[in-house]
Amino acid sequence: MGLLSTILRLGRIAEPAAAPPVRSHVDVGSRTSLHVRHVDAGSCNGCEVELSGCFSPVYDAEQYGIRLVASPRHADALLVTGVVTRNLSDALLATVEATPRPRAVVAVGDCACDGGGLLGAYGVLGPVRAVVAPDVEIPGCPPHPSAIIAALRSVTGR
Amino acid sequence: MTLSGAAGAVVQVAAVAAGSPMLVGWMRQVRARLEGRAGAGALQPYRELRKLAGKQDVTPEGTTAVFSLAPALVAGVMLVCAAVVPTVTVASPLDSIADLFVVVGLLLVATVALVLAALDTGTPFGGIGASRETTIAALVEPAILVAVYSLSIRASSSNLAAIVRATERRPGDVLTPAGALAFAALVVVIVAETGRLPVDNPATHLELTMVHEAMVLEYSGSRLAILEWAAAMRLAVLVGLLANLYLPAGVAGPRSGPVGIVLGVLAIAAKVAVLAGALAAAEVFVAKLRLFRVPELLAGSYLLGLLAVTAAYFLGPRRA
Repeated sequence: MGLLSTILRLGRIAEPAAAPPVRSHVDVGSRTSLHVRHVDAGSCNGCEVELSGCFSPVYDAEQYGIRLVASPRHADALLVTGVVTRNLSDALLATVEATPRPRAVVAVGDCACDGGGLLGAYGVLGPVRAVVAPDVEIPGCPPHPSAIIAALRSVTGR
Repeated sequence: MTLSGAAGAVVQVAAVAAGSPMLVGWMRQVRARLEGRAGAGALQPYRELRKLAGKQDVTPEGTTAVFSLAPALVAGVMLVCAAVVPTVTVASPLDSIADLFVVVGLLLVATVALVLAALDTGTPFGGIGASRETTIAALVEPAILVAVYSLSIRASSSNLAAIVRATERRPGDVLTPAGALAFAALVVVIVAETGRLPVDNPATHLELTMVHEAMVLEYSGSRLAILEWAAAMRLAVLVGLLANLYLPAGVAGPRSGPVGIVLGVLAIAAKVAVLAGALAAAEVFVAKLRLFRVPELLAGSYLLGLLAVTAAYFLGPRRA
């Protein structure tokens, strides 16, 4: 039983929880639970690697009530990564419309926040705000998992 | 029917309805701890349900009443199941319909309602989920019937309360080859019926691997809350039934007073917590089966059930 001995040896991997952040003005209808749907609007997948790190045992976003869900209809917040490309702008708008209110749009990474130097390319429409106004912006190329989690925690205050 | 039985049934429905989200939270917490994570706490499903209840209900374009009525129907069926299946008391006033076939039929009504609702959305993933759920349900129902039938032989009744009472009188009777085979068959069937690993992964985000999740992708707000609650009740009822079929100790009877009923609630809560914790711990060690391997697993469960019936006839304890 290699897995069992690994479980017993490692015990708790998650780092101790930081103090709860100041709650921002963004309201998603809950202070204890935040379900997020990830939307890749044209990312290089650097932000995705950091996002998957957020839900790993080390950072364990679930302990703050943050969970990834499979459908925008189940979500409270959309995590948009990458510059918005022309091909995905309609899809991004439709996803926002499919998310029940009250909802939040979170721009993850420099590309989503301000274009990240890719503005002006022929396939690029612009940063997230060119399509929908983001409620939270997380800068960084890519942002650190702890920065992503801190920003998401500020939405619920948990 | 006795007053105590009626009170027990009311408490039983309330306990399943109120306690089932905690069961889901408990199983998630066990998994989180074994994976080295801290987890959100066993009460997190209540917070999620409260949040969903206050959300906007987005109704997808082109859906009909089938889509909007399914959650209420599924939850209603699960409440009837909670009243019928002997978890807290064996003296429910609905005892006369608490038949094995009725319960399996009720579970199937809920499954069919959800399948039709998934088809009603007209999305590809709804259709995929519906077809998979139908395939699994068609294989699960005979297996669950055969497995519980093998337990009903020594009680000479297919009434679930009568089976639980027979085990209560002679607890040693389940420690037979038939009992062990039926237990293995029932565990596989309950895992499949409640959509847990290795048949379905409740935590998946990949639409192509989903079964239950794919059917509820289009639901939001309070309807999604009702469906999640109903799924939790299905899990609680089935795990509670398995626990009481094999270890009925503490279950309230027709003469139990308020203390007996409270003890019944505590007993079933403890049994379900242990059994569900073991299921969640086992999930850490298994991966999801390929969809085309699932029928083999369920056919194996049916075979175990069939062997249990044979063993119950040929190796069962002799009764004068």
